[in-house]
Amino acid sequence: MSKRIEVTDLDVYYSRFLAVQNVSLTIEPRTVTAFIGPSGCGKSTLLRTLNRMHEVVPGARVEGRVLIDGDDLYAPDVDPVLVRRQVGMVFQRPNPFPTMSIRENVLAGVRLNNRRMPRADADDLVERSLASANLWNEVKDRLNLPGSSLSGGQQQRLCIARAVAVAPDVLLMDEPCSALDPISTLAIEDLIEELKQQYTIVIVTHNMQQASRVSDRTAFFNISGAGTPGTLIEYDDTATIFSRPSVQATEDYVSGKFG
Amino acid sequence: MTTDTARRGGIRLGDRVFAGSAATAGALILIVLAAVAVFLIAQSLPALGAGPGELPGTAQNFWVYVWPLVFGTIWSAFLALLVATPLSIGIALFISHYAPRRLAQALGYVIDLLAAVPSVVFGLWGIVVLAPFVQPMYSWLVANLGWIPLFAGPVSGTGRTVLTASVVLAVMVLPIMTAICREVFLQAPRLHEEAALALGATRWEMIRMAVLPFARAGIVSAIMLGLGRALGETMAVAMVLSPALVVNMFLLTSINPNTIAANIALQFPEATGVSVNALIASGLVLFLVTLGINMIARYIVGRRRAFSGANA
Repeated sequence: MSKRIEVTDLDVYYSRFLAVQNVSLTIEPRTVTAFIGPSGCGKSTLLRTLNRMHEVVPGARVEGRVLIDGDDLYAPDVDPVLVRRQVGMVFQRPNPFPTMSIRENVLAGVRLNNRRMPRADADDLVERSLASANLWNEVKDRLNLPGSSLSGGQQQRLCIARAVAVAPDVLLMDEPCSALDPISTLAIEDLIEELKQQYTIVIVTHNMQQASRVSDRTAFFNISGAGTPGTLIEYDDTATIFSRPSVQATEDYVSGKFG
Repeated sequence: MTTDTARRGGIRLGDRVFAGSAATAGALILIVLAAVAVFLIAQSLPALGAGPGELPGTAQNFWVYVWPLVFGTIWSAFLALLVATPLSIGIALFISHYAPRRLAQALGYVIDLLAAVPSVVFGLWGIVVLAPFVQPMYSWLVANLGWIPLFAGPVSGTGRTVLTASVVLAVMVLPIMTAICREVFLQAPRLHEEAALALGATRWEMIRMAVLPFARAGIVSAIMLGLGRALGETMAVAMVLSPALVVNMFLLTSINPNTIAANIALQFPEATGVSVNALIASGLVLFLVTLGINMIARYIVGRRRAFSGANA
């Protein structure tokens, strides 16, 4: 289920603007990798290139390679739609479909595969997915209420349930807790710890404590100024990044001198 | 303190002026509506009690007189919407989610221009261009599919049938419906569109998951506005059809039901006495039909309010 991601010499462009330059890193299966760095350093952009979601912006393109278990994500015959079925994503703001019930939200991705699922299987999948998102006990009596009736933290866990329901290989999280209160944030962080048993997880976060709490490896990105491309400064074990980083800029950032 | 003295005097002058003018504007709508209703009802009363001989034609009473017109109005508007609704949703989706930006802008401009064409011109187009153009198709339909009651013969030799009138109506209501649908589709939250795409939805699947459900209420509004225009539209029907006072659903024959608005336009110049009241009363009926349809639409939109996305 979980797979290794290899990024080699990746440049990301928005039309002619180079947003991220020359990134190479390898993400191991069943680990949590955190992308940290100041705003505009390209960490979200890089995250989105891992499931080709950056392509929803007209003119966005990449040079370089992204391999998932050796398969090139950007090979000419690869359909981005199929990539996104393997690489799930959780967004900054919880975005359950407001026109669907909680149950329908969980099944939304599965239904896309045109699988006519027997009701019992669907019930089972809904329960398993919600349980793995630590949400089952809170919503099991109101599965037919709209997803937007839940609290922000519950909505975000519903989005995680929706993402894991399609059994992806990789789970990308783009600042999943930035719109949540501390208690909900804690719930999501606990969840990430559990999900790591099954999935390769990449998380973008502005919260350095969060990065140090949840991740095994941390990548620090930076820009030298406005309008310049973001680059990968340092990529190492999280403990190393936060205790004795090898680059001065990393130390300045994680100790709160800037950013 | 200047602000204190201003506050002590109650609400500030600017606020008071604005609140007053807004309330006046709101009240004015109600007053105009009430005035129209009072006029219609007062002028209708003589016709409602009129007996045989007083009314136009051979009608025994007002309801016998007005029923074919009500039917014709709803039937032609229904046919027009049947054509216009899928078309306008399709065009709006193309503009909002498929076309490159330049093409979308140009297309939106053309659609808006279409709204500015006077209805007389559409009527002329219906008579001169559309009717002769579709007549051979009508002949074919009657010859080959005549066993379907809708397409029963004899076929109209001129092509000026209720179907032609409805197509003209459809073209007329298309711009307003497309414009509303486009606006609603553009407002579909990007957040939810991305959620669908990230689940591995194709563009069409994304539209079905995140755009159309969100736009449901807006689409109903667009249909209602289109319906309102189709119900009340006078010239297109009056020019295309040579109507009869009948109730039938044949699309392709030369015996076609008339609509209320077209009937008023055609009959009013020669009407005298109670006939005038009968025409005004038919206007009242049109008013009530439109009101009823709008209320049904409100009910449909309101039924699934919790799932509307307004609380997201």
